[in-house]
Amino acid sequence: MDLSTSAMQRAANEMRVDIIQMLHAAGSGHPGGSLSLIDILTVAVLKHIGRNADNVDAPDRHRLVLSKGHGVPALYAVLARAGVIPHEELLSLRTLGSRLQGHPHNATFPAVEASTGSLGQGLSIAQGMAMAAKLDALDYNVYCVLGDGEMQEGQVWEALLSAAMYKVDNLIVILDYNKGQIDGPTNEIINLEPLADKLRAFNWEVQEIDGHDIAAIDEALTEARKREGKPHFIIAHTVKGKGVSFMEHPTEWHGKAPGDAEARAAIDELHTLLA
Amino acid sequence: MGKATRVSFGEQLAELGATHPSIVVFDADLSKSTQSQLFAARYPERFFEMGIQEHNMIGAAAGMALCGKTPFICSFSTFVVGRFEVIRMSVGYSEANVTIVGTHCGVAIGEDGYSQMALEDIALMRTLPNMAIIQPADDREARAAVRFLADYHGPAFLRLTRQNVADVHDDSYEFHFGKADVLRDGADAVVFCTGGVVHGTLLAADMLAQEGVDLRVVNIHTIAPLDVEAVVKAARETGRVITVEDHSIVGGLGGAIAETLAEHQPTRMKRIGMTTYGRSGSPTGLYEHFGLDAHGIARGIREFMAHA
Repeated sequence: MDLSTSAMQRAANEMRVDIIQMLHAAGSGHPGGSLSLIDILTVAVLKHIGRNADNVDAPDRHRLVLSKGHGVPALYAVLARAGVIPHEELLSLRTLGSRLQGHPHNATFPAVEASTGSLGQGLSIAQGMAMAAKLDALDYNVYCVLGDGEMQEGQVWEALLSAAMYKVDNLIVILDYNKGQIDGPTNEIINLEPLADKLRAFNWEVQEIDGHDIAAIDEALTEARKREGKPHFIIAHTVKGKGVSFMEHPTEWHGKAPGDAEARAAIDELHTLLA
Repeated sequence: MGKATRVSFGEQLAELGATHPSIVVFDADLSKSTQSQLFAARYPERFFEMGIQEHNMIGAAAGMALCGKTPFICSFSTFVVGRFEVIRMSVGYSEANVTIVGTHCGVAIGEDGYSQMALEDIALMRTLPNMAIIQPADDREARAAVRFLADYHGPAFLRLTRQNVADVHDDSYEFHFGKADVLRDGADAVVFCTGGVVHGTLLAADMLAQEGVDLRVVNIHTIAPLDVEAVVKAARETGRVITVEDHSIVGGLGGAIAETLAEHQPTRMKRIGMTTYGRSGSPTGLYEHFGLDAHGIARGIREFMAHA
């Protein structure tokens, strides 16, 4: 697989098309937070985790917990790109009998690693997985992708305190900071700022990047591999609906699937990026 | 007299640490009360003090379970089961091999009062389709249940007492997961009971025997999955059913038996247990007040038998 910056950029945009097609076929789902997330997942899963069909069960595999479970179409698209599931299976999203549940379910589809969708729970699971690595003297990292809205949940802050206390430095959190949640802009609902200051005060190693800059994501994830006694937090500033101009809005396309004409317009626009 | 089942648990778990390297134990700042401290003292590298963060403890344990560990997570039952939505998602739905150990259940904890008393925990946990629920009645049964759970794979809930409980089994006892345990045979009615009130129920049966009432007493240590066959058979054979538990009569053992019999063997029935919030008092005083001591249980059964 070509993992150059330009190839990953192109792959991410191709997967934006997958996401639109999946959500259009399903008739429901969350485009905004899937499109904001796809660049992060592309670099994390394809390059840094190196997921493929052969290592998906390996005890020492790197793991990724998608705590913002509603963004799972992006994860399914990346797993298809990684060869873990057939590409044509993507269109089974949200249908009866499919492994591709509306939110991740590890017992149905182990490759998603954890069951999420009730917000705020994934970081605790990731912490436990990362601590298990230490207990077993295995070398894997655990990546956890949070949404900004779910950072309002108390359980996230429990885990932020706990993981720093336990010095879980093989734990790498990436915040898909797309600034929107269902009822409005995040900073108008419950503001997280000043976020980096809070996280540093919680004894985390903090980086702040543009979450759509493939090279910046790559660089930050490389930096986060350092094991120096602190867990890692990458604040990735993103745009909800990124890549489809009419979906780039903090709330409008949170949980609404595109209709026929909208899907066609979105894919046409994405094809101009791929041309 | 007797021993608290939390102590039996703590001692047995610490012993199992030697033979079960996959066991990891979590506590939320109550290890001295839950008795997980006994494991912590012997296997500090496999013990995790998670602080007063029950949500995070449940999730982190689920993460470890998904990496092949066998976590036991310990707290007062109401504090851990109260974080039900995390149990529902991160343990139940995830099919994570986590045993949730809830101690200090029921009004029998005494003076601390209602805030520390789990009276609704069984009801919540029963709604999760794959949650095994075990409530031992004495030391031998508690130890056997812990040994069973160390090798069990799947979500489980172990409900334990703060107070000492008298032995109702002898050394010949064998624990069979999912099977009703007949402690006393009788023909006039069957009393299904569980946990800390089992011994008192046997005493009540002795009292009523003096009055010519012949009670069958069945210990339900496994509330889920319930031994439906044994429950239906006992109800059919005796024609009258009583349940006794230190828990709300809604959704607990009484609820489970009532649901089962309503579908399979409609039977005249009385549920003895909690119908109000708890309050402070001595454990024995509270059992007397709420009719959960031997005299209270006998009184409840007597009233029922007079009209049933």
